[in-house]
Amino acid sequence: MKRTLVIAELDHGVLKPCTHAAVAAARRAAELAGGTFEILLLGPGAGTASGALLNFGAAALHVAEHPELAEPLADRYAVAVAHVARGRGTDFLIAAASTFSKDLLPRVAGLLDAGMLSDVVEIGADSSGPLFKRVLHAGNAIATVILEGPVRVATLRAAAFPPAPRLESTAPVLAVDLSGLAWPDGTSFVARDRKTSARPDATEARIVVSGGRGIKTSEDFERLVGGLADALGGAVGSSRALVDAGITANSLQIGQTGKVVAPDLYIAVGISGAIQHIAGMKDTKVIVAINKDPDAPIFEVADLGLVADVYQAVPEMIERLQRR
Amino acid sequence: MKILVPIKRVPDSDTRIRVKPDGSGIVTDGVKFSLNPFDAIALEEALRIRERLGAAEVLAVTLGGEDSIEQLRTGLAMGADRALLVRTPGPLDSLAVARILAALVRKESPDLVLLGKQAIDDDSNQVGQMLGGMLGLPQATFVSKLEFQPDGRSVRCGRETDAGIETLGVRLPAVITADLRLNEPRYVSLPGIMKAKKRPIEELSPEALGVTAASRTRVLRLEAPAGRKAGVRLRTVEELVARLRDGAGLT
Ligand SMILES: Cc1cc2nc3c(=O)[nH]c(=O)nc-3n(C[C@H](O)[C@H](O)[C@H](O)COP(=O)(O)OP(=O)(O)OC[C@H]3O[C@@H](n4cnc5c(N)ncnc54)[C@H](O)[C@@H]3O)c2cc1C
Ligand SMILES: Nc1ncnc2c1ncn2[C@@H]1O[C@H](COP(=O)(O)O)[C@@H](O)[C@H]1O
Repeated sequence: MKRTLVIAELDHGVLKPCTHAAVAAARRAAELAGGTFEILLLGPGAGTASGALLNFGAAALHVAEHPELAEPLADRYAVAVAHVARGRGTDFLIAAASTFSKDLLPRVAGLLDAGMLSDVVEIGADSSGPLFKRVLHAGNAIATVILEGPVRVATLRAAAFPPAPRLESTAPVLAVDLSGLAWPDGTSFVARDRKTSARPDATEARIVVSGGRGIKTSEDFERLVGGLADALGGAVGSSRALVDAGITANSLQIGQTGKVVAPDLYIAVGISGAIQHIAGMKDTKVIVAINKDPDAPIFEVADLGLVADVYQAVPEMIERLQRR
Repeated sequence: MKILVPIKRVPDSDTRIRVKPDGSGIVTDGVKFSLNPFDAIALEEALRIRERLGAAEVLAVTLGGEDSIEQLRTGLAMGADRALLVRTPGPLDSLAVARILAALVRKESPDLVLLGKQAIDDDSNQVGQMLGGMLGLPQATFVSKLEFQPDGRSVRCGRETDAGIETLGVRLPAVITADLRLNEPRYVSLPGIMKAKKRPIEELSPEALGVTAASRTRVLRLEAPAGRKAGVRLRTVEELVARLRDGAGLT
């Protein structure tokens, strides 16, 4: 981990906040190994986005803009990342865990014949070298793992790495020379159906209100879960049951196979508390559960529980919160 | 058309996983093992493709020990044409799995490799992507919709991303990983399982494929996550809102 490379994540040219977690982790890795770290930004708007990362201690910012990188296709992005990693002598490649990095980083690991750990929550070291902690079995176990080989790859849970403070020094911004790369053309971008929402993303919000099968329709979800989230200035999430029922978009799913969040406050509205759901929210500071079944497992992890019908309790909550 | 479906034996998603007191692993006594749910979905999709296209061969493969044969039999009972065990000693990391699968892909030349997006034991979400990188094959991960194009040589995939559904065109041969909403795997009947018991299981070793099973990750120990302390039950919404206002730091 003497030469760490952070893969920044952009959303249409705008830096995603989770990148700051990866930068904090890189700083930690560099400290432990007595090394340095650099940041790679790929795709349209990478140059402009690099402005937000100038003062966080990176030895350099690498900007890769190319017509072939117009959309975040893993096949092409992986070729560019591996090219930079080889050229820079990178021995540790990291990014915040998201569908973008989960698609991309293992492919890069395959190209570089590197071992990889997903969802790392702690980076440490003992006399023999770096040690990592990661979560597995739907959050039921935390493993301490050694990662061997000349190059290591990891994705990290953003919530486990609070953003590092700004520094005085400014990193140089360098353009990556991508000429002469052979670009794969087996995949092509067709469309993206973007859910535009005024609400923040659940992974980036301090408050998340999440709905489960206790909610019967999309209108009810919007009115109750959306309404409560708006009253609190928070984001919305959902259990898989609602995604399966077509009531919420898949991008709202919290859990083992959806998003993992760790906000200050998580309000579970009509969610039973299956282990796969708990896996995605149990590092929340304060968990609130509203469920009509007093024996629902969600109450085992909730700090504050209310046994009630959400159709009665939630409108009253919204009303009281708005009354202030 | 030949479709390769790598499947893994994992603790059933309904069992409660506990870490052994000495941290050497998870308690497996009394734990039911199943086909990884995402792999059942991948296999189901392969079977549906075969049903739609007519001529296709579905090959289910698992890397593991003797006990994994049970999941291969489930695969046969679901309808796989062939089942292959690559016998491997001890646990493998994703890189080792991908390396062995890459050698198998070179040997079998499938048109499509359909995997689960994630094994629910290690929760790595890596093998498909690593395999795609190693072989330089086009990749589509977290796929919840898969449509063959009229030319039969490419597919259109709907992928579940943090931002919403993304649609990609993918040329075959390719590596595709299945998400939960791709389909609902068929029910396996008891007679189907009995019949599958009589079918042959092919067997190979990593050595026979010309690769080693060496892993680059080594788990030193497991620990149980810190439990949450018992919370309080409130009686009214009024009380809850009051607690939120001070306890959770809301204004
Ligand atoms: C491989 C795998 C991966 C999975 N990944 C995820 C994942 O990432 N995220 C996830 O969430 N799930 C996941 N699941 C599904 C998970 O096991 C549960 O099925 C799901 O979380 C249940 O959602 P739910 O709590 O909304 O629904 P239910 O379990 O049906 O619970 C609904 C709850 O609402 C309560 N309720 C009903 N009506 C009312 C009312 N009017 N007022 C108050 N309360 C009411 C009920 O008492 C009940 O407790 C996964 C499953 C598998 C097998
Ligand atoms: N031992 C194995 N044998 C066969 N396939 C596997 C094995 N391990 C993982 N896979 C496949 O790779 C996918 C992703 O696994 P993972 O990267 O471990 O989360 C699984 O859903 C399987 O399709």
